[in-house]
Amino acid sequence: MTHVLELRGITKRFPGVLANDNISITLREGKILALLGENGAGKSTLMNVLYGLYQPDEGQILVRGKEVQIHGPNDAIAQGIGMVHQHFMLVPVMTVTENVMLGVEPTKHGVFLDQEKVAKRIREISDEYGLEVDPDAYVGDLPVGIQQRVEIIKVLYRHADILILDEPTAVLTPQEVEGLFKIIHTLINAGKSIIFITHKLKEVLAVADDISVLRLGKMVGSADPKQATTESLAALMVGREVALTVEKEAAKAGEAVLVVKDLFVRDEREHLTVQGVSFEVRESETLGIAGVQGNGQTELVYALTGLLQAEAGEIHLTGESIKQATPRRILERGVAHIPEDRQRHGLILSFPIYDNMMLCTYYKEPFAKGVSLQQKAIFENAERLTEQYDVRTPNIYVHAGTLSGGNQQKVIVAREFSRPIKLLIASQPTRGLDVGSIEYIHSQIVKKRDEGAGVLLVSSELDEILALSDRIAVMYKGQIMAILDAKDATKEQLGLLMAGIHPTAEIRN
Amino acid sequence: MSNLTVPAPSAEKKESKIGAIWRAISVPVLAVVTGLIVGAIVILVSGENPISAYGALFTGSFGSPAAYVEGFSIWFSSGQTGALVRAFYPLTESLVIATPYIFAGLAVAVGFRCGLFNIGAEGQFFIGALCSAFVGYSLRGLPMIVHLPLAILAGALGGALWGAIPGYLKAKFGAHEVVNTIMMNWIAFRLSDWLLKGPMKASGFRPVTPNIAASAELPRFFPDPIRFNLGFFLALLAAYLLYWFLFKTTLGFEIRSVGANPDAAKYAGMNIIRNFVLVMVISGALAGLAGAAQVLGVDHWVGQGFSAGYGFDAIALALLGHSHPAGVVLAALLFGFLRGGATNMQSIARIPIDIISIIQGMVIIFIAAPAIIRGLYRLRGAKDDDEAVLTRGWGK
Repeated sequence: MTHVLELRGITKRFPGVLANDNISITLREGKILALLGENGAGKSTLMNVLYGLYQPDEGQILVRGKEVQIHGPNDAIAQGIGMVHQHFMLVPVMTVTENVMLGVEPTKHGVFLDQEKVAKRIREISDEYGLEVDPDAYVGDLPVGIQQRVEIIKVLYRHADILILDEPTAVLTPQEVEGLFKIIHTLINAGKSIIFITHKLKEVLAVADDISVLRLGKMVGSADPKQATTESLAALMVGREVALTVEKEAAKAGEAVLVVKDLFVRDEREHLTVQGVSFEVRESETLGIAGVQGNGQTELVYALTGLLQAEAGEIHLTGESIKQATPRRILERGVAHIPEDRQRHGLILSFPIYDNMMLCTYYKEPFAKGVSLQQKAIFENAERLTEQYDVRTPNIYVHAGTLSGGNQQKVIVAREFSRPIKLLIASQPTRGLDVGSIEYIHSQIVKKRDEGAGVLLVSSELDEILALSDRIAVMYKGQIMAILDAKDATKEQLGLLMAGIHPTAEIRN
Repeated sequence: MSNLTVPAPSAEKKESKIGAIWRAISVPVLAVVTGLIVGAIVILVSGENPISAYGALFTGSFGSPAAYVEGFSIWFSSGQTGALVRAFYPLTESLVIATPYIFAGLAVAVGFRCGLFNIGAEGQFFIGALCSAFVGYSLRGLPMIVHLPLAILAGALGGALWGAIPGYLKAKFGAHEVVNTIMMNWIAFRLSDWLLKGPMKASGFRPVTPNIAASAELPRFFPDPIRFNLGFFLALLAAYLLYWFLFKTTLGFEIRSVGANPDAAKYAGMNIIRNFVLVMVISGALAGLAGAAQVLGVDHWVGQGFSAGYGFDAIALALLGHSHPAGVVLAALLFGFLRGGATNMQSIARIPIDIISIIQGMVIIFIAAPAIIRGLYRLRGAKDDDEAVLTRGWGK
């Protein structure tokens, strides 16, 4: 058996951190190696070493049995290694062809760009691997799933036969994930080898031939996907047994906390993205809003929290209309909001943790007396909350931006849960987080529900919706397709609704 | 936890604080050092001796040690203060130059803290100076305790009004403050031209205002020619008050939040528009005070070309001082000493005054592109710190 790629004893130190500690992995030709690990386990560092962005302090890189030195992406590409980044490196206002040729522009007569040649090659690649990408389309017009394929084409155009896919499913819908898996298999059948970086356990079991697990910069084990289970992988990855299902009792729903009637919302670009949505959230109940990203969920939450003014319709919070209310008014009525984009709305990254812990209540006792901020109370609050919510940080004085994603989210959860709340609006609360943090945040959300708060959970992760919700509303193109009881809902049924198809209509036809 | 663990975290905090201060000042300090080195190279290339040039710069800005010794010995032996006053003159003159720099630097810094780029400090400076001068010369017979505060207040209000207009335009119509403050500068320049040739012109040939009444002058502490006056201490007081306001009050917390992340500020229930207007008013008032301090403390009248570009240098001061009041004070002192010593350097070492502009320009380039300094001195980057200071809003 040939090893197309081998990393031997890679060690990479950063000041104060051992990011990679003597890590060895091997990639077999024509196989898929899944690199599994939580955020901060060292996956990205290892891949950046392989891609030449970092130089390892120790260790060797062998490509097809020969030791190579990789000093930068160009060296990596020359060795046939290509990387598809989690955050796409595409220029939206350019066409697919222009994006693909960026950096390796072929010319006619030395000065004129030869776009036709590139477009032809893209069509060939696209046909060969079933990618179905139009070279003349503008990247900005393409859905995320297709943009990812453009990234894959970029890599294939540069003749890579070892592909590194960094968290490729993080931004995709369930349908797009299936499409990606098909493409991956086509690539494998064509003789390519793939390293698949992820922290999603089910995907690993679905596609991988080999699994290597990293934890805290160390290689903690390998697993055979035929024998491994999600539980065994999670335990390996986190270092302890993890509850993958959330324990919760049946809801004892009470009075309606939030009533939304015929709501219409325009987004910042004046598109009517929420079109006549009605629902209610009751005390001690979780209403999950499922749907593919970009079907109006974001604007719905903005309207409910005062970040956007609703165009028409009614929003009542414990009996009072909040349609015209400011974010502060809504907040003071007992609404906690875990925002979808934690770095944009939820935190001020350049501020210390203690300031972020009182971001919404800085003007109130005990944090302020008159206009004067009370430093002692602010510090005490932050010390108490970091302890209580298990925020892993050297101290409360460091910038929020220095924390990992999971710990940043814990800061937000701690802050939002630290005041009495009647309604919790949680938007994509665990996106991009590791298993340990997800488990923790889920348990906190269930706890708030059990304490009597109404919970509105917006998530594009079906597993999360199913695990936490008592009722499930599915949004599609700005409207609610159906509201189901969570006990009766199945994944298939929800998947169809998310794609805009009524399962019953399907049967009638 | 037991009490035994208490000292450890506090020690850790202290250390991280020293680390944080070094991270904050390393780039500005090294930028100044590098600027001086580049200046020395330029002097060398133009065929002069940089050591004697910088020596002249130093004695020009701080005074010469020999003169101090002589001044003190004459004072001790004969009680005559003339030589001593002359010895102290360069140092006090540098502080006099630094005074409007402090006010104006604070004006731009408070804008940066809220993510606003107030390029209009120059115009606000002019309007503040004219308002102070008007109150200073038009009211007669008032006691100083009434007249001086009134004249200072007039300067602050004039500048505040000039800042409030672009602030309001931004809040109401989303007009970018950079464009509007530049426009307001030109209005201020032409308005002052007209006022100085017309309504505010003193009798006589030159287009200048009348001298202000003695009761509106900022008191001086030493005999002539030392112009050092109360304005310098007012500037330090303004810096302290601004520090307290920005870092110890809820209003300052809002301003900093809006500047660091307007989306999060909105999420937290802050009124962004109101903060924009408030900050432009404060910024304008500080720039107006710079003008007031110059008129009431130093010149006692306003003429054409009254400002030596204080409002524009203020942008550099705010950047150099990391938009922190203490940093701005240090930066303003640096500029004061450079400008104060420049004349001496020109007369003694025959180095043109423009070399100071070159040094200042280099310092500003190094501040604006910290990667140069970090690369030169192999410093590790501190991304967050940079992001916290610089303005946003371009292209929004």
